Amino acid sequence: MSALQFVWFLLICILFVGFFFLEGFDFGVGMASGLIARTDSEKNTMLDIIGPHWVVNETWLVTAGGAMFASFPMWYASLFSGYYILFMLVLTGLILRGVSFEFANHAETSRGRHIWYNFFVFGSLLAPLMLCIIFFSMIQGVPIDANGDARLHFFDIINWLSLVGGIAGVLMSLIHGLNYTRLTTSGVLRDRARKLNRYLYPLLFVGEVVFALLVIFQTDFFTNKPVSSAIITLLIVLMSLLGAWGVYQDHEALSLVGSGLSLAFVVILIFNGLFPRVMIATNPAHSILIKNASSSPTALSIMTIVVCVLLPIVLIYFIWSYIIFAKRIPSSKKVAESR
Amino acid sequence: MLYSLGISVLSLARLQFAITTVFHFFFVPFSIGMGFVVAILETVYAIRKEEIYKKMAQFWGKIFLLSFAVGIVTGLIQEFQFGMNWSNYSRFMGDIFGAPLAIEALLAFFLESTFVGVWMFTWDRFKPGIHALFIWLTSIGTMLSAIWILAANSFMQHPTGFTINGHTHRAEMTNFGQIVGNPQLWRVFPHVILGAFVTAAFVIAGMSAWALLRKQKDEIFFKKSLRFGLWIGLVAAFGVIIAGDFQTQQIIKDQPMKFAATEGEYKDTSSPASWKIVATFDTKNHQVKNEISVPYLLSLLTYHQPTGAVKGMNTVNQELKQKFNHNKSKSIRNIKNYYVPTTTLFWSFRFMAGFGVLLFLIAALGLFWSRPKKDTLARQKWLMYLIGLSVWIPFIANTCGWLITELGRYPWIVYGLYTIADAVSPTTTVGQLIFSNLLYLVLFTTLGGVMIYYARQTLHKGLDAIGGPTATAKSPVTSDPFAKEAFS
Ligand code: HDD
Ligand code: HEM
Ligand code: HEM
Repeated sequence: MSALQFVWFLLICILFVGFFFLEGFDFGVGMASGLIARTDSEKNTMLDIIGPHWVVNETWLVTAGGAMFASFPMWYASLFSGYYILFMLVLTGLILRGVSFEFANHAETSRGRHIWYNFFVFGSLLAPLMLCIIFFSMIQGVPIDANGDARLHFFDIINWLSLVGGIAGVLMSLIHGLNYTRLTTSGVLRDRARKLNRYLYPLLFVGEVVFALLVIFQTDFFTNKPVSSAIITLLIVLMSLLGAWGVYQDHEALSLVGSGLSLAFVVILIFNGLFPRVMIATNPAHSILIKNASSSPTALSIMTIVVCVLLPIVLIYFIWSYIIFAKRIPSSKKVAESR
Repeated sequence: MLYSLGISVLSLARLQFAITTVFHFFFVPFSIGMGFVVAILETVYAIRKEEIYKKMAQFWGKIFLLSFAVGIVTGLIQEFQFGMNWSNYSRFMGDIFGAPLAIEALLAFFLESTFVGVWMFTWDRFKPGIHALFIWLTSIGTMLSAIWILAANSFMQHPTGFTINGHTHRAEMTNFGQIVGNPQLWRVFPHVILGAFVTAAFVIAGMSAWALLRKQKDEIFFKKSLRFGLWIGLVAAFGVIIAGDFQTQQIIKDQPMKFAATEGEYKDTSSPASWKIVATFDTKNHQVKNEISVPYLLSLLTYHQPTGAVKGMNTVNQELKQKFNHNKSKSIRNIKNYYVPTTTLFWSFRFMAGFGVLLFLIAALGLFWSRPKKDTLARQKWLMYLIGLSVWIPFIANTCGWLITELGRYPWIVYGLYTIADAVSPTTTVGQLIFSNLLYLVLFTTLGGVMIYYARQTLHKGLDAIGGPTATAKSPVTSDPFAKEAFS
């Protein structure tokens, strides 16, 4: 494996970390809007707190996909064709929630608006659920042939680990979204979000323990890399504890960092366990390795230069765009005034 | 059994690609064009400080946002379907296709998606000049994204800057400069961008014409929008025709089969060559059946002079067979014929080019009759209806253009290097594809229908749709003074 190949594996990991940290709370806010927002104007507030940001947050996924195609075409090809139906459902979720922002604004009647509010909730649930199922199914090892094509059977995709992992991922996003709601709104939404999180955190801890046990038994993460896997798993739990503590202390920023980082460490656990592979095959000889899956050195070095030039600029205006909207929105007030 | 009906993984994957890209490309030129036009309007406002330009920017900005939303979500499918449906293609082309796609995301998508969010929520927070900058950055983002995706597509039409790795049989990048400097790209890009401006121009002009025909209030607003749209339309339609001519010159050299098919010539023509206005084809026996043609015109269009013969498909087919029958790849040697879907190409070209000329004429006539000195356009009802109908025309023209580009490349997915049949994912099944095709079809018809419905509703509301002076593009609560009482 060359240094460049390693750098790109790392970069894709970072892009997915960014995606789950950022779009994680978008998904969470979406799901939460079905739970804690009762009136139309409260639901609108939920749409508005992520309104300016959700597209660019989603762009992290688009970039991760593009970067995967560019740097590890063999990985991109096997993963996406193998999990065909699941990716289609991910896309369906993203499409439904994506249009609901714009369409809910145009709907005239309360009934019309409710259609889009519901799609917003549904899409925000479907996309992370399917993504997590994909990831947690993939890490257990799947049937891959010599050409790299993955032919998956039902139980390769749906099994204990992928289901528990999927639900845990959804729960973590929901909690993350509630923490974001606490940070960005004032009034009833903020109170309800905090109250709901008090119930959800204990549930999450149970989920995390089951999840950790399943990872130990269903994957080779703990046999191959016991120390690092154990540390990262511990960090997932610690970060969740930090988030819970922030709920208890009524400190929103702490909670948001905690829930965001716990999602981030889940991604890191996956990438750490994968390394030096990108796809794990049931027959180890067919596992797709970083060193075989990548583009040519020329392509990788050009891409590296491009990233070094562009990424800092992107990060600067990306962060700026969050700063200018850093003001709480009341739970039901005219948005135009409060911003 | 399904196979005997012509239903195979390959045909379904192709159908899906056609459905999803065509649908994506309804909204792409719409957004590129509208973003640009709204940026111009807001800049005029920032300079002249006339309220009407702000209103125009806000009103057409709403239509822009609708199109942008659907454009984004359909683009997501594009991003992933290469892996999902064309995994062998992705393996073969990853080096070359992946790079532009990743750069597009990093350079263009981040730019447009950050600033569109900032733009739509900050009308009352920044000075007009600064606020206009946000829509310019969005607009530039959309155009940059077009460059990079077209760079990928241009490689597929005209590969440059690569070698085939003898070991892995993959295309590998050797010269990034050549991929970006591909002559095909720089002929396609102006045409596509101008096509996008045509699209936005006639959407604005056409919707304004409907509003005027309905005798809505805000007559001055829509009159101004109408003329503004027609001006952009006039310039862009002229440009698209010129750029189209440049593209024709390129494909005559690069892909003679595509060119012969768009002109419906099986046999070599005589010199001077005449141009078929209409014709029907017997594609099995390679015969032209009924035709009406204009003498000299084909030579004129091809060589810009009244003489010169054009090579027919039969000859090109022989040449291509000669060229490829010693190819190392077995599936390329097995190609029996290089004919492309002639009828579709012929008619697509007639519609695209015909509409280009028609739109130019509509714009010219509309501007003439609505000239400030003597504005009698309202009396030319037929023209007003025609302008109204021209909302739809650019969408048809764009689609026809892509049908020519993409179907005219048959049987190649990457011209001369890789066939469509080799490209498809070996693991997908007919069942999966039928499911996904149906799902996308339902999703797209619904989204398209809803979008048109809301655009129409926005038009009927007229300037009320933008709400008060401080209103942003958000929140029905804002435009409803009783919202609090009603809902809480
Ligand atoms: C509003 C849209 C529009 C209009 C009015 C026109 N076109 Fe076009 N055309 C496109 C929109 C478009 C397009 C969608 O943008 C295409 C598809 C791929 C591309 O490069 O541009 C295209 C492709 C395309 C191609 C195929 C290029 C290739 O395969 O490499 C040719 C030869 C032309 N055009 C020529 C013309 C001419 C001579 C026109 C007018 C007289 C014309 N087009 C009007
Ligand atoms: C620049 C980006 C594009 C790329 C990389 C691209 C690539 C492809 C690929 C991979 C296929 C499938 C193989 C084939 O059947 O030839 C295809 C076919 C096709 N594409 Fe494109 N395409 C692009 C843009 C578009 C756009 C914008 C449209 C339409 C508006 C379009 C319309 C079609 C159609 C109609 C087919 C034919 C499907 C068939 O084979 O029946 N493409 N293109
Ligand atoms: C088949 C190849 C294509 C892929 C993989 C693709 C991918 C995408 C994606 C992922 C998005 C959403 C971007 C976001 O999240 O911000 C998008 C939107 C966009 N695409 Fe495509 N696209 C394709 C074809 C095209 C073509 C042919 C053009 C232009 C000539 C184009 C230009 C754009 C533009 C301008 C946008 C942003 C505006 C809008 O969303 O309407 N794309 N595309």
